[in-house]
Amino acid sequence: MKADPRGVLTGTHFLDGDHACCEGALAAGCRVAFGYPITPSTEVVERISSRLPEVGGVFLQMEDEIASSIAIQGAVWGGARSMTVSSGPGISLMMEHVGLAAMTETPCVFVNVQRGGPSTGLPTLPGQADMMQARWGSHGDYEIIAIAPNSPQECFDLVIHAFNLAERFRVPVMFMMDESVGHMTEKVVIPPAEQIEIEPRRFTTDPPEKYLPFAAGPDLVPPMPPVGKGYRFHVTGLTHDERGYPVMSAEAQEKLVRRLVDKIRTRTDEITQCQEFMTEDAEVLLVAYGITSRVVQRTLQLARQKGIKAGLFRPVVVWPFPEKRLRELAQKAKAVVVVELNYGQIVLEVERTVCGCTPVRLVPHGGGALHDPEQVLAVVEEVAR
Amino acid sequence: MNQPRNPVEPFLRMDRMPHIWCPGCGIGVVVNCFARAMLESKTDIDSVQVVSGIGCTGRIAGYLRMDSYHTTHGRAIPFATGLKTARPDMKVVVFSGDGDLVAIGGNHLIHAARRNVDIKVICVNNFTYGMTGGQVAPTAPVESLATTSPFGVFEQPFNLAFLADSAGAVYVARWTTYHVRQLAKAMREVLQKPGFCFVEVIAPCPTIYQRRNRLGDALDAMKFYKEQSKLSEGADTRALDIPMQGPIPVGRFVNRDRPTLLENMNAVLGKRLGAKYQPYPTGVTR
Repeated sequence: MKADPRGVLTGTHFLDGDHACCEGALAAGCRVAFGYPITPSTEVVERISSRLPEVGGVFLQMEDEIASSIAIQGAVWGGARSMTVSSGPGISLMMEHVGLAAMTETPCVFVNVQRGGPSTGLPTLPGQADMMQARWGSHGDYEIIAIAPNSPQECFDLVIHAFNLAERFRVPVMFMMDESVGHMTEKVVIPPAEQIEIEPRRFTTDPPEKYLPFAAGPDLVPPMPPVGKGYRFHVTGLTHDERGYPVMSAEAQEKLVRRLVDKIRTRTDEITQCQEFMTEDAEVLLVAYGITSRVVQRTLQLARQKGIKAGLFRPVVVWPFPEKRLRELAQKAKAVVVVELNYGQIVLEVERTVCGCTPVRLVPHGGGALHDPEQVLAVVEEVAR
Repeated sequence: MNQPRNPVEPFLRMDRMPHIWCPGCGIGVVVNCFARAMLESKTDIDSVQVVSGIGCTGRIAGYLRMDSYHTTHGRAIPFATGLKTARPDMKVVVFSGDGDLVAIGGNHLIHAARRNVDIKVICVNNFTYGMTGGQVAPTAPVESLATTSPFGVFEQPFNLAFLADSAGAVYVARWTTYHVRQLAKAMREVLQKPGFCFVEVIAPCPTIYQRRNRLGDALDAMKFYKEQSKLSEGADTRALDIPMQGPIPVGRFVNRDRPTLLENMNAVLGKRLGAKYQPYPTGVTR
């Protein structure tokens, strides 16, 4: 399906990441959005509040992030594409509803413009310390998809991808921006609507009397019901059977939650998206995502100038974690260096993936600023020896 | 064999019976009144969406054979707000309890009333948290006993009718589960009324609240409602407190007209954006 041209601001623009994210959401067909102001994500909701009325949509500023994170789900069941936007403390408040969206298989997008934490932390400065929260922040076993853009152009392109993946897998997608990406202004090219692919919602083709709302085929993703058409379906956050009815048993839990995790775990290859720079002969493999992947590109240049065979592996989709390709690259490398704006989150995944076959070094940073490429270079030089 | 069927059966998920509510619980009466209101008003069953939160009353969504959503604790109203915004052509009804709607969900209640979101809230008030075994609710009368107020409640409870009225609800009523005709009529009225409507239903909880407070069984509750309810139609909502085992003021207290959220949105955006703005569907015909 092609994008609805009403929401597509075709042309070449000079936009910050927050505004580009808003334009991407509109291009993706988001027509109902809910949010609550919080630095550094406020510009997304400001722009969407002025743009949605022009394209036949509605933005409501809710009373808090809890309300925003469930209002989007009501809108989605009503047939809309919807998202909410927040940062740090607001994302923490939304976590219960990430779990609800996972459990009820509600396709929606949560944009997190990450700032320094914990608590109120550094509202106006960058961080990447919500990466594990994105994956594990709600209680219980579940899977989500998380995407980390590193430029305003990617904020546009990849948020469309986020909406598409949400529809295809019926999961909440965490769009993991950060303050730097959100507030940096760069060229953003918005293509014509007919060049933007939109994943349509898959509605059931069964008649109401035969329809089982949570019965999935081999792709493990059940089609959704339309409202008001006699399906009279039930949606609950309780453990439920294929009819959507609550069932309090270990068997029902095994059947449902197993499918919720398997629909992502067994289809990771379809979701994984990575970028590689000079990895063909890399002896030192740098791993970075989001804004840090751009800082590390400078380190890469400096290392190559010094004759060090360094390469960069950048997960664009961070969750599910791209184990397969990272393992291949790590096996060929002398050392793996993980650079992230936190005290060690994705490095845990890298260590698990590499599984002792190659030494892994973390270059941590508490947030509030970006890494110094020279400082990262020093670590690269050390491990290259 | 053709057995006579109860007229409300088409509204129920009969394959889920028996339900989980205790003998003598008032929630079933509320469900019955709602089904009768749907029947009497000839409302298309597929034009109504049912949203619940968590708790005993939160289970209503699971027993009504309609498009229905059992959401999270306290958050039925913002879910309903999202659903109504995406589908203004649907009638959206929220069923939940006093703990869900007024304690954890209190902020959403007052803001939805302030905005005049076009949803209908049926609040079953049994003065307690039944599902978790009888903890203190924000409606619990002073000196009533609860597992977390073992020496008696010492907080002032909310007067829900006053709360809804002062936050801006266009329709506010209170009935007990003894008043099945009045309650069904109130539900008929709110199904037809645009805007944020609030119906409080005083309901017995013989297993938890009444037993702990030595208030007798379900029948005693019905007798009490019959004897102690005081018809107070149009009364000043400030005077509608419910004292411990005191008289219960009932009736329709508020019935006024205000533009709904989406009507207000269209008015303001239309004025500012002019011809550029295409009015958004509101689902309201006046």
